[in-house]
Amino acid sequence: MKKLMARHETYVLTIIVIFSIVISIINPNFLTLENTFDLLKSYAFTGILAIGVLLVLISGGIDISFAAVATIAEYLTVSVCIAMGGSMVSAFLLAIAVGVLLGSVNGLLIHRFSIPPIITTIATMNLYYGLLIVITKGKWIYALPDFFRSFADVRVITLQTANGIPYGLSVITVIWIILMVITALMLKYTRLGRSIYAVGGDRISANRVGLNVAGIQVFVYGFMGAMAAVAGIVQALLVQTVAPNSIVGKELNVIAAVVLGGASLAGGIGTVFGTFLGVMLLAIVQNGMTLMKVSAVWYDVFVGLVIIISVGFSSWKQKTGGRRVKIDVREDLPELAAAYGGSGTDTERENH
Amino acid sequence: MENLFLSMQGINKRYAGVQALDNVDFAVRQGEIHCLAGTNGSGKSTLVKIISGVVQPDPGAEIVINGNRVHHLSSMESIRNGIEVIYQDLSLFPNLTVQENISISETVSSRRRIISWKKSRETAKRAMERIGINLDLDAVVSGLSMADQQLVAISRALTGNLKLLIMDEPTTALTKKEIDALLAVVLDMKAKGIATLFISHKLNEVMEVAERVTVLRDGKSIGCFSSNELDDKKIEYHMTGTTTTYSPYHAVPDTGQVPLLQTRELSKKDNFSGINLTVYPGEIVGITGLLGSGRTELALALFGLNPPDSGEIRLSGKPTVIGSVKQAMHHGIAYVPENRLAEGLILDQSIGKNIVITVLDRLLTALRFIDKEKVNSRITHSVNELSIKIPGPEAAVKTLSGGNQQRVVLAKWIASNPGLFILDNPTVGIDIAAKSSIHAVIKQLALNGMGIIIISDEIPEVLYNCNRVLVMNRGRIIREFVSRDTTEEEIQAFIEATAV
Amino acid sequence: MTIKIKKNELTVLTAIMAAVLVLMVLLNPGSFLTIGNLQGMAFQLPELGILTLGMMVVMITGGINLSIIATANMAGITAAMLLKGMEGSPAGAALLAAAAAGLVVAALIGLLNGVLVAYIGITPILATLGTMTLFNGIAIVVTKGYVISGFSDPVLFIGNGTLLAVPFPLILFALAAFIMAVILKKSRTGFNMYMLGSNAVAAKFSGVSNAKVLIMTYLISGLYSGAAALVMISRFNSAKSGYGNSYLLVTILASVLGGVSSEGGFGKVSGVVMALITLQLLSSGFNLLRVSSFMTTAIWGFIMIAVMVIDYLIDNRKKGGRQ
Repeated sequence: MKKLMARHETYVLTIIVIFSIVISIINPNFLTLENTFDLLKSYAFTGILAIGVLLVLISGGIDISFAAVATIAEYLTVSVCIAMGGSMVSAFLLAIAVGVLLGSVNGLLIHRFSIPPIITTIATMNLYYGLLIVITKGKWIYALPDFFRSFADVRVITLQTANGIPYGLSVITVIWIILMVITALMLKYTRLGRSIYAVGGDRISANRVGLNVAGIQVFVYGFMGAMAAVAGIVQALLVQTVAPNSIVGKELNVIAAVVLGGASLAGGIGTVFGTFLGVMLLAIVQNGMTLMKVSAVWYDVFVGLVIIISVGFSSWKQKTGGRRVKIDVREDLPELAAAYGGSGTDTERENH
Repeated sequence: MENLFLSMQGINKRYAGVQALDNVDFAVRQGEIHCLAGTNGSGKSTLVKIISGVVQPDPGAEIVINGNRVHHLSSMESIRNGIEVIYQDLSLFPNLTVQENISISETVSSRRRIISWKKSRETAKRAMERIGINLDLDAVVSGLSMADQQLVAISRALTGNLKLLIMDEPTTALTKKEIDALLAVVLDMKAKGIATLFISHKLNEVMEVAERVTVLRDGKSIGCFSSNELDDKKIEYHMTGTTTTYSPYHAVPDTGQVPLLQTRELSKKDNFSGINLTVYPGEIVGITGLLGSGRTELALALFGLNPPDSGEIRLSGKPTVIGSVKQAMHHGIAYVPENRLAEGLILDQSIGKNIVITVLDRLLTALRFIDKEKVNSRITHSVNELSIKIPGPEAAVKTLSGGNQQRVVLAKWIASNPGLFILDNPTVGIDIAAKSSIHAVIKQLALNGMGIIIISDEIPEVLYNCNRVLVMNRGRIIREFVSRDTTEEEIQAFIEATAV
Repeated sequence: MTIKIKKNELTVLTAIMAAVLVLMVLLNPGSFLTIGNLQGMAFQLPELGILTLGMMVVMITGGINLSIIATANMAGITAAMLLKGMEGSPAGAALLAAAAAGLVVAALIGLLNGVLVAYIGITPILATLGTMTLFNGIAIVVTKGYVISGFSDPVLFIGNGTLLAVPFPLILFALAAFIMAVILKKSRTGFNMYMLGSNAVAAKFSGVSNAKVLIMTYLISGLYSGAAALVMISRFNSAKSGYGNSYLLVTILASVLGGVSSEGGFGKVSGVVMALITLQLLSSGFNLLRVSSFMTTAIWGFIMIAVMVIDYLIDNRKKGGRQ
């Protein structure tokens, strides 16, 4: 698998490099540290959601409800922080608790009642999102607590542009990177992580070797909820407003990014690094278009083409290169006939 | 009874009114190669489930493992006692590497939360060394051959403290060479004191290496036999309580006619080569040979699913290209695949739909809509013609017994009124009574002028139902036997002599 | 056994539909069973209804079509642009040309989906996710994100007119449902869709040309999106990219609620129609009660979960004896 995955990741990386070269030739501003930091900050939201989606896909499931979960966690947390104060830490903890709770509901429904994940999560998406809008009456929140404002501007590394404007590595990007590293380590080095791959590879076998499939499924959807919650807070930090309708509707884009990064909808396959590349590929397409002064209306066209061509390419390879029976055809017929009698072929017979 | 590893007495198991096991006694000695034989539904899988702790026997059972009486055998307890089961599907993870597949049981039971890849590698290496194999630890399992996958499964079983390995029908998907390699591994394990229990529904290679064979029938133990006192006929009798009576097919086809099918030097790279095959109307031709002989690939070539690279197919004298199932059907060719459940039937759909799927074109109204009346009368006709026992045409095919399911497959192809009928292992997994009636149907079709090819593992099946028997070996037809001039033993000896 | 399960699904569904009807009548005494409300429901149901039929046909083959809304918008925009371009011509001719063009565009997108799934071998969900994004994008490029609005009376009649007090879109929906039922129950292609959805390999071994059936499936799905588009542009009196995006997941929900198996192979038009009516009863009833439409959305989700859980429990009790 390592070799295969390595190949898939190299292939996404190659596309990214080619795109980057083309964009840089047209606009040298693309390959600057400033633009890179900027991209890594603004795509932290998608990237963090993608981590959660990755785990769900590896386990052989799918989640459509995470955007609704992210919004609820974001809205609730910000409302509580406005009403009762708090800190960034408490905000994240509260959001994560909400996310895990809502995500686990998905996991429980899927496992306990054997409802297909896509149906379960479409239903809970409607349920969660509908209730959110009813309860909040769809109101936006503009006045975020001060610590939301100040935290969003924290830079871990600060540099200055030629004209003295400061820029650097945002703390938001750092959160994203830390989550990626933790998840990658978990997937690679913990029993839980390997179990997720095993469940996605073959659920019945997983059961037979004694893995706790129920627990793993609930964990995966709970983890998705946690990532959605963190992403929700990150979204609030990035845009400094909370709009109940700003995230829902982006679910499929995130899933597309994860699939572009090599994860399989059939389960069992996918890596954090690949997912990061998938997110960056979409980021670069969008950012590159802006830098190349291509009208933003073309964005979806490009993304659609990237999905169709990339997924089509690997599907086609799989379809034509499927495993075939190989028989080592014997070439020693005359010798065989001499040794055992018999003609070797079905002869023209006289009537028998 | 010295050094018994496992002893079970008075095992009963009742499922919702069905006595799956009826006072069964069973024992395996240490380091013994034992075979548990029985037809489908004989209770052998229930017994295995009890041994592996997945299912609990009814009260009153006595299970002794290694001299210790076990009161409640859970699956954890069973594994702790060194009992491992390899199911027919092997329970591997296709997306993971050989190393992970082998070490996963240990990872799960060790309760460590963090994985040590070094340790996992050592575990996998050690397990492979124990049976003297050397697979690439980093290879992904989905890319391995069935035989290698089996070795991975065995290696995984060896990572624990293995005392008894249970293998369910391990050889069905293996070639002769691979079976020999597997048996070598089993003998090697025996030398190390590990017992092996094979589960099988027919006499085959594994039963021959077994020291003892326990036969189950209808949930009862028929007895435990030393394997050298058994032969095909005896084991069949023990398993079924009856023996198949074959009535040879001697109707002589008119070879003066234009043959229905004639192939000339039909070849396909890595599949088969130089195939010259002739089938006359009313003739039944048998093809036998070991797994990997190319017989199924040849059948698929004639059915449009595996087009040949070179050579010629003549149907009723006319050179014909068969590029799809549709074309094959258009030329009157029908094919019953070996894998009834995956390829032959649409299990969830109704019996009726499964029967008419091949002939829907002929059951339309003037406006090209499906004519319900024609459909219903077609279904009724087929059900009666083959005396298929069904609860109703709307019931899902999966609710039927194996024999009746196969009758549905035959029915759907007979409905299409083919000229040439190819049947790939048509009675695999079917009980003996149903088997004979399916053979009778096939012979009747030939008497009515159909040309038939039967592919089968079982020599008696081809010998007694066919005019001629062709032996395929590694992509070639290596010999032709005329049924009335040969014997089972002669064909068997030839196949064994040429097996490489 | 499958038969029994299917009967169960429809029984559960009938019970739910009846319960919702009674509840809504009780909650809205005097206002629910009025001509006005019934007509209102009849005007609203067809858009979602026709789109859902386009979704269900794909789901029967074991697939999913995420591009139905994007297809509908492309068809709607094409028709709208033609209508605008032909403003000088007789209204009837313009309508016919526009409708034809819209349907052709929708059919072509369906065909593309079919080719991607049948010949390239892309999983339906990914193939249609790709075309969804692509055609959403093209719709934005073509319209530059603007609305095309203001159509002639004959166009508006499609979505807003009545024929003998029966809303015209409802007639269209009935026709669409009837045609779909005929395709699924009476045609060879329909028969093969079910077979392919249940077991594609066995279908191939039985002589079904899977690729052809899949192409037809996505083509029909596309055409239904095109038909829905005509109703949509007429009801909105405009066309724009992004219209009706919220319908996408609801069509899946309605299909599954109506007994279409998400694994393929099963599902009837009658079940889907009942599911649609149930959803519409809920939404209109709550609307009369001045409950937010989002509450309705939430309750749709809740009912979906409830139905799946009930189905599971019924199935399980039946199997209970054997395990």
